[in-house]
Amino acid sequence: MEKTAEALRLQNITKVYPNGVIANNGVTFSVNYGEIHALSGENGAGKTTLMKILFGEEEATDGEIYIDGEKVRITSPLMAIKMGIGLVHQHFMLVPSLTVAENMVLGIEPRHGLSIDVDETERLVKEASQKFNFSIDPNKKIRDLTVGQKQKVEILKALIRGAKILILDEPTAVLTPQETKELFIELKVLKEKGYTIIFISHKLNEVKELCDRITIIRHGRTMGVYNLSEISEQEISRLMVGRDVALEIIKKPPKPGKASIKVRDLKVIEESGKYSLKGISLTAHYGEIFGVAGVEGNGQLQLAEALTGLGSYQSGTIELDGKEISRFSIGDIRSIGVSHIPEDRMISGVAPHLSVAENVIADKLNFERFVKNGFLRSQSIRKFVIDIIKRYKIACQSPDVSVDSLSGGNIQKVVLARELSSEPKIIIAEQPTRGVDVGATEFIRNELLASRDAGNTVFLISSDLNEILGLSDSLIVLYEGEIVAFFPDASKINEEDLGRYMLGIERQSFEQISEAYSE
Amino acid sequence: MNNKRINLLVDTVRMILIIAIAVALVFLIVFLTSKDPLNAIYSFFIGPFTSVRRIGNIVEAASPLMFTALAVIIIFRSGLFSMISEGSFFIGILGAMIIGISCPLPAVIHPIVAILVAGLCGAVVASIPAALKMKWDVSEVVTSIMLNYVVQFFAIYMVSYHFRETQSSSLASLLLRDTSKLSVLIKGTRVHSGIIIAFALCIICYIFLQHTRLGFKIRIVGDNAYFAKNIGINVRTIMFLAQIFAGFIAGVGGGAELLGMYTRFKWTATPGYGWTGIVVALLARRNPILVPLGALFIGYMNVGADIMSRSSDVSREVVYIIQGVMMLLIASESLLQDWRQSLIVKEAKKEEMQHLETGNEKEII
Repeated sequence: MEKTAEALRLQNITKVYPNGVIANNGVTFSVNYGEIHALSGENGAGKTTLMKILFGEEEATDGEIYIDGEKVRITSPLMAIKMGIGLVHQHFMLVPSLTVAENMVLGIEPRHGLSIDVDETERLVKEASQKFNFSIDPNKKIRDLTVGQKQKVEILKALIRGAKILILDEPTAVLTPQETKELFIELKVLKEKGYTIIFISHKLNEVKELCDRITIIRHGRTMGVYNLSEISEQEISRLMVGRDVALEIIKKPPKPGKASIKVRDLKVIEESGKYSLKGISLTAHYGEIFGVAGVEGNGQLQLAEALTGLGSYQSGTIELDGKEISRFSIGDIRSIGVSHIPEDRMISGVAPHLSVAENVIADKLNFERFVKNGFLRSQSIRKFVIDIIKRYKIACQSPDVSVDSLSGGNIQKVVLARELSSEPKIIIAEQPTRGVDVGATEFIRNELLASRDAGNTVFLISSDLNEILGLSDSLIVLYEGEIVAFFPDASKINEEDLGRYMLGIERQSFEQISEAYSE
Repeated sequence: MNNKRINLLVDTVRMILIIAIAVALVFLIVFLTSKDPLNAIYSFFIGPFTSVRRIGNIVEAASPLMFTALAVIIIFRSGLFSMISEGSFFIGILGAMIIGISCPLPAVIHPIVAILVAGLCGAVVASIPAALKMKWDVSEVVTSIMLNYVVQFFAIYMVSYHFRETQSSSLASLLLRDTSKLSVLIKGTRVHSGIIIAFALCIICYIFLQHTRLGFKIRIVGDNAYFAKNIGINVRTIMFLAQIFAGFIAGVGGGAELLGMYTRFKWTATPGYGWTGIVVALLARRNPILVPLGALFIGYMNVGADIMSRSSDVSREVVYIIQGVMMLLIASESLLQDWRQSLIVKEAKKEEMQHLETGNEKEII
């Protein structure tokens, strides 16, 4: 393997989706052996589509793929794997109830007659983890692993299948800084061994640290290939977005008012008998952004569900705007002035086949302005929604187009527009900028800040460290259903420290934590 | 041409194609089985238009289908798949019959009362699977289909044991009072005033779904129940109401059918309008305004098949084959999708070129 030999070339790839969206428009992308190559661009720029085409999950409308200089046609992931391409999805594709070893050989099990050859499996997995210097116990069940360990399993899984070209789709999005560091060391080892790594990310500092070259795409077009030693972060972001973007979040000091959310000794027990919240207490105030940090799956979801009325809780009390909500329906909670930006917008944020206008007013059916005597007031609704579309810069042809024809960032804007235009006093925002492009992210963050400056509470749940540290005024860290840290001033912590609390390595004293609910 | 236009074009062509395939199928079957195929074909396609009475027959056949199709549409739009319109329609017939036979009321008022009772009966029947769904999350598909049999035998029991015409050798009820009849609208046909109710309901249902709060909630629930829940809509209640409303419409349809077309109850099994209503609902693309077109088309096919069976050697069952095939074709979502895709690709590229020419890059911010 020569260092500069071209491992892979995607030539003039064009992809048009059935809804008319051009995801790729003549993209050319080439990667050499033994390099870590970054693929960057805003969400919706076409990175994921390009990789799906390479991995045989989508078929290109136009264009060619060359591997080792040979033209190939990849029509299924199986073919891609055979050609030595491995893809590590952002969302892991593992069977939680099986062991590490079983997951790794799934589909390529060494056989012993009709049964699986357990010894051979173990040998294979051990050999592989030694070879690549990955330390995981092969007999552990996947569900007992941390996110970082699961990712290692995913990478090993691809390597064991003979991958020479490894695609990592936003691998650090779910990791703590410590885990990210470890991953980078391992990736560099792989690179030394001659493997090719395609690193999809829009975290520019990580790209700079890890990668050799970068290909930037914007609106489905290649904006160029650069050596990372010769380009600054600022330049990269300008190429990605097409204009200068404030990478830092700028905000005014908060003016906290009286308490808006009071949670006392909240316990949530899952059907399996597991405690997902082990008695947490907190107080959030008007005029502040109250952040909830933590690795995903440590009780954030249950907390949001309890606050919005979507999920139940077994004991403890919740007061919103001074009202105890244990007997309130979701509708009652909303009518207090609570808005909710759900984590997965396509599942619970929009009605995809209804129009933009209908989605925006769906939660405002009690406003006499929009509904009178049970009838919708189309004129008034239309006027309102056209204003909203302008104000929130939602890119759509008219208020009547269906939401599923919009891009991800614009769908998130529809959700945000609906939730913020109901004049909420308390906004529960779960991962508000996940999967949203840089430009829209900036916009959404500014809107949340504006709402806070107007005296509302933003209850921000996010696993994006940059976001949670940048936006929050005060901050708690959830670990295994408990508050392990409380920071009255979020600007005084750095990512490293926060990471240690998120991983459960460190924990504040009882006195420090109990400040989270001091009156 | 934007995407909306492309979708409309493809859908229209698709519908025409489906009808063309259905027609071709008639030709095929007739030519394979008939000794006098031309006569059979003529009877099938032209026969229904040869007299006022026969044109009337088309409208008469379409009338009950409009009611059941509307019921099906409202249930489908709420995201459920209940088959209760069959049972609600049949119990509606029974309810109207009881009022028509045993309540002496003045003309005009009599059919109104009978039809309202029919609607209520339909709503009550629909409320059973709806309540089971709301309370214990029992699948409405299963309960509604099973309940249809209960309804069928209950109605036949009521007629046999409480309202039977003892002089008749076959199962038939006593005569309906004359005051209860719906008036005939067009001389020489049996087109009755029930058809006015049907057309009115098509418009009412359209306005209901598109322009009222409850209708809007039904559409939100049907499109994404999780979302509906998240914004504070009581999903279970809305689904319950949609089923009751649908049951009422189907019940009204049963009442109108009995009072407009018959002098007594003569069914020994449910007439199947609920099922055919699904075909009509799909033909109408779940849009109440298009229901009359779909119902008239199916009515036309039925009348054509009847005439063909009377005047040639091809039996009327042909029409069921056609309905079955059409349902399959309508359900085949990917029919013509490649064509739609290529149109969209072409359009997207053209738009892209225009953007390049004008130099405005599309900013999605």
